[in-house]
Amino acid sequence: MSGENINVALIGNPNVGKTSVFNQLTGLNQQVGNYPGITVEKKIGFCKLPNNVKANILDLPGTYSLNACSIDENVVIELLLNKNDKLYPDVALVVTDVENLKRNLLLFTQIKDLEIPTILVINMADRMEHKGISLDIPFLEEHLKTKIALISSRKGFGIDELKKLIVTYKSISSEPCLNASSIDPDYFNNLRKAFPNQLLYKLWLVITQDVNFLNLERNEIRSSFTKSHSDLKRLQQKETIKRYQFINDVLKEGLKVDSSKAKDFRSKLDRVLTHKVWGYAIFFLILFVIFQSIFEWSKIPMDFIDSTFASLSALADEELPAGVLTNLLSQGIIPGIGGILIFIPQIAFLFMFISILEESGYMSRVVFLMDKIMRKFGLSGKSVVPLISGTACAIPAIMATRNIENWKERLITILVTPFTTCSARLPVYAIIIALVIPDNRIFGVLNLQGLTLMLLYLLGFGMAIFSAYILNKILKIKGKTFFIVEMPNYKLPMFKNVAINVVEKTKAFVSGAGKIILAISIVLWFLASYGPGEKFKNADAIVIEENINKPLSETEFEDAVASQKLENSYIGIMGKTIEPVISPLGYDWKIGIAIISSFAAREVFVGTLATIYSVGGSDNEVTIKNRMAAEINPVTGNKIFNFASGISLLLFYAFALQCASTLAITKKETNSWKWPLGQLIFMSGLAYIVALIAFQILK
Amino acid sequence: MRTTIFSLKKGEKAIIKDFDIDIVPLKLLEMGCLPGNTVELLQIAPFGDPLYLNINGSHLAIRVETAREIEVEPLKEDF
Repeated sequence: MSGENINVALIGNPNVGKTSVFNQLTGLNQQVGNYPGITVEKKIGFCKLPNNVKANILDLPGTYSLNACSIDENVVIELLLNKNDKLYPDVALVVTDVENLKRNLLLFTQIKDLEIPTILVINMADRMEHKGISLDIPFLEEHLKTKIALISSRKGFGIDELKKLIVTYKSISSEPCLNASSIDPDYFNNLRKAFPNQLLYKLWLVITQDVNFLNLERNEIRSSFTKSHSDLKRLQQKETIKRYQFINDVLKEGLKVDSSKAKDFRSKLDRVLTHKVWGYAIFFLILFVIFQSIFEWSKIPMDFIDSTFASLSALADEELPAGVLTNLLSQGIIPGIGGILIFIPQIAFLFMFISILEESGYMSRVVFLMDKIMRKFGLSGKSVVPLISGTACAIPAIMATRNIENWKERLITILVTPFTTCSARLPVYAIIIALVIPDNRIFGVLNLQGLTLMLLYLLGFGMAIFSAYILNKILKIKGKTFFIVEMPNYKLPMFKNVAINVVEKTKAFVSGAGKIILAISIVLWFLASYGPGEKFKNADAIVIEENINKPLSETEFEDAVASQKLENSYIGIMGKTIEPVISPLGYDWKIGIAIISSFAAREVFVGTLATIYSVGGSDNEVTIKNRMAAEINPVTGNKIFNFASGISLLLFYAFALQCASTLAITKKETNSWKWPLGQLIFMSGLAYIVALIAFQILK
Repeated sequence: MRTTIFSLKKGEKAIIKDFDIDIVPLKLLEMGCLPGNTVELLQIAPFGDPLYLNINGSHLAIRVETAREIEVEPLKEDF
């Protein structure tokens, strides 16, 4: 038994604390990846069990049953049907919530039909007393043909017992606990005769679902055993009733609820949080507090990161032998990395707030509150979740649309989500706001810069809603509409879950964006440090000639040479070429370079400016912000980053779809290039026009 | 007129009688919406839609268009 390596699958309904169990078992020892070909998140963790057994713990997406209606749920079935998958579980843990045991057991009985050794994990056992619930564990174990682990992932009890139980997986029953085929004996007997080597429930799942099934020609099963859609559904209804009858019979004996002891604080809270006035007021207050605090709290760590990287560059310049490599390091790589790391505080705070809202159960109340309003714009109440998580990143947000049942509502949500202010826009906003909006307070509390940021967020939401309204009028898609949202119990968010979520998401974002930014900053540095022709080569001579009557100090001379070189470098020439197109928007060729380079990822904007301004100057101690503030238009003598051009830039970045990953995910989720291309053309065109109008009015 | 979940008042309880299987999604059945089970209307969202229900111990919200399809028999003793 010792030295074994086993696969454990965690399965369960949403909102049962499955992820907390996963975190309790694995700690930070987890890996997040994707299932091949699809973007469903795949979470594997490692756990040392007693007797030297090592377990790979797979956290499967939450599902209410094995009748899949989304790709996330499909992942669960495909794994459980494929014995050859290298993650096929040796033992399944079905995680349930003690307060929702009846519903949670439906999935349990289905997993049992697959004849996998199954442990029933009853979570949130710490609430039993509070809710007046008592369980007859031996009775339940006998009738459900399983072993039960009574745990509380919140209080951390029962985890060690669960680990001991997993080790004994070989002695855990893999027998079904009821005979579901009795709903139509003739049909199932014929099925059994036709495929004697196959598990009956597997065949049934293949007939009713769209899943890949490796060992069998599914067409063969389908053609001889298919029924009309509504006959199949009738059988599925019978099956569901059959399962519930069994569960009700077992729970009648095994579970007692003394409702006089139950203290219900859910309904009191619901009354306030879904109230027609207080509900909305509280929701907007929460949003307001989130956005104010992101800006205020992030300020100090961001300034710290900014100045640390500026001094690191200076240090590299001083300490390392002068040469091309040192320049690449101090002017390309270090400012590039700094440009990535500076996002961390804001992104982390955003992910923290979003994960608290989801963990606490509040998000479902928002869905409930907003559904009717959102439907006026062709969206669903469930679109609120993508639109809010879009403030962190559009990629997971677009993936979060999968639980929207109606295809038209889902498509519209996917198309408009990139308008919400994602965290990649934040560094662009942050630096421009800091440059053009005064750091004053109005009424003594409201920070003007924070208020501007808030307005930009509202603008993003506003544009998303407005575009949805237009799309709703244009798109002619008919589809079955239905909408079910579970309203989970309120829970205090667990620190560990929130922390792990924040760390994982921030890490994924930084390493994903980081690679692109680093590569682009190195390329940029090359393009900015070399140039064709005499003007670049003889920059020294040209500067001396131009200033022949004016004595220059050494630094003035160096700065002048550097900017002469930058202007005639490859990148300078590229920027100059597009200047006529962007100058009506108030931008110079340096901003043009930044817009080109940030086409694939908008956060590259700041990194690019950092690289350009480092290459352009001699002193690395000065931060990017100070350099940008000092930029002067040589023709007019005005600041480059003034109020008009600043607002124009903010609006440009608010609307333009500068994100290759968003295009890729839209393509994947809609299965067509039509939608991402439409998104790109519409958003970029809108950005240009709005920025143009704003600059022309304000200048 | 038949009585459906839509015609219940806030706080009213009822027994689910029947519905058109082709219209009501399977997912709702799996959440416990089956003939014979109890349903309680807990809250009505502002603007009258969706409805927040307790079906057989599951707390969930559905839209009025679905609620109209589910026929129920109100339980009198609560009134």
